[in-house]
Amino acid sequence: MARPAATVSNAPIVQAETPKKELGPVFKRAAPPAEYLDERLGIAKLSRPFIRKVFPDHWSFLLGEVALYSFIVLLLTGVFLTIWYKPSMAEVEYEGSYQLLRGLTMSQSYESALHLSFDIRGGLLVRQIHHWAAALFLAAMLAHSLRVFFTGAFRKPRELNWLLGVALIATGLIEGFAGYSLPDDLLSGTGLRFVDGLIRSIPLIGTWAEFFVFGGEFPGDIIVARLYMVHILLLPAIILGLIAAHLALVVYLKHTQFPGPGRNETNVVGYPIFPVYMAKAGGFFFIVFGVLVLMGGLMQINPVWEFGPYNPAQVTAGSQPDWYMGFVEGAIRIMPNWESHIGGTTWSWNVAIPGLGTMGLFFGLMALYPFIEAWVTKDKTEHHILDRPRNAPTRTAFGIAAMTCYAMLWIGGGNDLVATQFHVSLNAVTYFLRVAVFVAPVLAFMLTKRICIGLQRSDEERLLHGAESGIIERDPSGSYAERHRPISQGEAYTLTQHRQNAALMPAESDEDLSDGQLRRENLRRRAGRFYFIDDLRKPTRAELEAAAHHGDGDGHDAIGDGHDGHNGNGHNGNGNGHHSIEAGATTSGAIPSQTQ
Amino acid sequence: MTDLERSSSAGDGRSSNGAELDLHPEPQYPVNDPGHPEHLPRLTDVDEKAADRATRQVATMFGIVPVLAIGFAVVYFAMPRTMYIDFGFLHVNLQHVLLGVTAGMSLLLIGVGAVQWARQLMDDHEMVDYRHSAASDRDDREYVITELQKGTEESKITRRKVLGRSLVGALAAMGIPLVVSFADLGPWPTKKRRAATIETTIWAEGVRLVNDVTYLPIKASDIEIGQLVNGQPENLKDLEGTAFLQAKAKSSIIVVRMDPNTISIPASRQDWQVGGILCYSKICTHVGCPISLWEQQTHHLLCPCHQSTFDLGNSGLVVFGPAARALPQLPITVDGEGYLVARSGFTVPVGPSYFERDSRHDFQEGDS
Repeated sequence: MARPAATVSNAPIVQAETPKKELGPVFKRAAPPAEYLDERLGIAKLSRPFIRKVFPDHWSFLLGEVALYSFIVLLLTGVFLTIWYKPSMAEVEYEGSYQLLRGLTMSQSYESALHLSFDIRGGLLVRQIHHWAAALFLAAMLAHSLRVFFTGAFRKPRELNWLLGVALIATGLIEGFAGYSLPDDLLSGTGLRFVDGLIRSIPLIGTWAEFFVFGGEFPGDIIVARLYMVHILLLPAIILGLIAAHLALVVYLKHTQFPGPGRNETNVVGYPIFPVYMAKAGGFFFIVFGVLVLMGGLMQINPVWEFGPYNPAQVTAGSQPDWYMGFVEGAIRIMPNWESHIGGTTWSWNVAIPGLGTMGLFFGLMALYPFIEAWVTKDKTEHHILDRPRNAPTRTAFGIAAMTCYAMLWIGGGNDLVATQFHVSLNAVTYFLRVAVFVAPVLAFMLTKRICIGLQRSDEERLLHGAESGIIERDPSGSYAERHRPISQGEAYTLTQHRQNAALMPAESDEDLSDGQLRRENLRRRAGRFYFIDDLRKPTRAELEAAAHHGDGDGHDAIGDGHDGHNGNGHNGNGNGHHSIEAGATTSGAIPSQTQ
Repeated sequence: MTDLERSSSAGDGRSSNGAELDLHPEPQYPVNDPGHPEHLPRLTDVDEKAADRATRQVATMFGIVPVLAIGFAVVYFAMPRTMYIDFGFLHVNLQHVLLGVTAGMSLLLIGVGAVQWARQLMDDHEMVDYRHSAASDRDDREYVITELQKGTEESKITRRKVLGRSLVGALAAMGIPLVVSFADLGPWPTKKRRAATIETTIWAEGVRLVNDVTYLPIKASDIEIGQLVNGQPENLKDLEGTAFLQAKAKSSIIVVRMDPNTISIPASRQDWQVGGILCYSKICTHVGCPISLWEQQTHHLLCPCHQSTFDLGNSGLVVFGPAARALPQLPITVDGEGYLVARSGFTVPVGPSYFERDSRHDFQEGDS
């Protein structure tokens, strides 16, 4: 996207020629060591493709960067924390400097968390930075995934990178959970107890899984040490590997870009990595780090000393997991109490379905979505120009519906706080959410789709009739109309750059197709109609030409003017004219001349 | 990569003069690309003073960083650890806050300075790179396929198929040691071990109910109507460490006294209580949180974790929330000195459900 900049008419002419080879003093001094390295590592050859690699500019591309930088901050602060943290559930008596807990029996891990917080200078700061960075890591990954989803950046050839991203979010969730279970305070111990209940609810193998994970009966004496290994070795290694692959694919496939003049599927327009992105992205790392340090210094998070050591007979009212587990927590809370007792066995649907099913459903659908859409569109081409969300109304509506479902579950995760803060009945909140979690996404879907199509109409309005000028004219007959200004070639190009898919009528039986193939093809076409039948077809060349001439004929410099569109007698017709399929059409096969 | 300026001048800005759009016959993409918009210089590109100003801004930001970094060291070593900011509800350690502010601001200034440098002073001509298809060339594919075929033949695997099959078998068999190595992750929950662990508690006949903080035995006559006491078995204090926590996680109880006329006590449980004093497991049958929010008037007990609500005036049946089974009740009586004691252990396993749990004996709506 072009950035706003101060305009000056007498721009200097840029000389693209490189000056004669006259190395600066820094380069002169760096030459011998660089040569040493190059002769052994080939650094010039290695860096040649990357040094001026072009990267497009848009604020929404920073979301993934925020996630990456939070992860680096997590690694840095995490190493610091391991220097003092002791992953042991051995019992000790607290003798540290926090008066209120002195003399209490607690686990060594909780004692070391207190020691870090009160007796190591900067320890509390780093602990809080680490916790804030974890919250930000998950938030940024989710926001980044929404950006990718709504702009269709997951389409070919980036489906696999989308899968890597889904794996990163799922791994990140578990990593976060493992981390906040380590201090072994009352809150995290309660979280572990919940996990114990969740694991043992798994049909058939639950009890075995519970005994294997906890090394016996809850709480046992080893779970903290195991989670520590998972938290500092296993999952970070996996996340690191996934991130490396994720970034390597971004480099290989080059970044997507938004539509705009000069941009197309075969190029990428932006600034070079060196020096612009080196400064921008490097600077942005320091900004993210700086903000996290300020948050760690100024905003309290997880004050473990207030919760006290874990005690299996106690729990705090208002207990909640970190925000990113909220949707699972909500599903657990609003689930009806279904349980089957068959013979001597117990099938705990009330825990297993929301606890494991919610995550499975969310990540499963996320992972599958690119392949579902590719099946519907049968689209095999590469896509590097991003969709504006309005131009994929059904996809956008699906995304908003999923977000709405997530939001309902998330509210459910705090149903007690909603009840106490807003003075409503806890039971009413829960019953409402049990319905809302299914109904609200449907409403959100319909609403979003209508809004998208409305926005498509406004795009069409600009294309065919120009931009509103704010000037109202009265014609001799006394009626008023607003004068429209034509839009620029660049904007017209931007508004028509997206690919449109056809909604197809059911296929007739054909000798080439077996019954099964025909059924599958018609299922696909039905899905395609669901997806695309309401899309506003973008104007054709003929329509654009007609609109332009129409405008000329009126003597305005607008492409169109006030007496069509709003009055319903112009190119808009009754509003159906530009749909990609005729409402009353009965013929089979593709309608308007679009490819399958 | 090319400089855009040269490639994009044609066809730019035509329609902005009010002329027609430059159109294309392709139905999918009717409007022609006008090419990259002309580069507009920034104020710092044309005004040396503005560029100087931006340079000063960036250098100042970088220049403050060493001051803050030294400030960090001063705060670290020189500031007493006991200084607190007290301001209204705010009560924070001053050293902690100042360490965060000095370190955070220095990082932030480095970042903002670098971004400002890039935005105001670095050359901002957009560049263009051409994409290549993600797929390999046909040549590459064919070469790889041919060579793979050649190599496969050279390995003799196609002629001596047993080589490949036995190798696959050997590798698959390595799954056995891999899986078996993890069999000692935890003890196996066999029927016997379940009965000794998750299906039992340290409650037994004659074990006194004690207050869970003071470990003092609870006298029946000391409990008022409407009162709730958090309790433990007296023999819990004999345990230590892991065994203590494991026992406590199951044996926690709540003792409540309700007016016997306002509650319903089934015939089979008439002798499980002492004059309206009833004892229930404190461990939620949902996922095992200790339940403790007591509504005196309704006799409801609410779990703060997931809001399952149990009616203690009606044998602990679930009245709301995700829990599926009634809270197990502990049969109690009084001993010779008037203290509450258990008449037996729990009659069903306490805590959350698990697959092998026989849930046919739990108290259900309509049982008597």
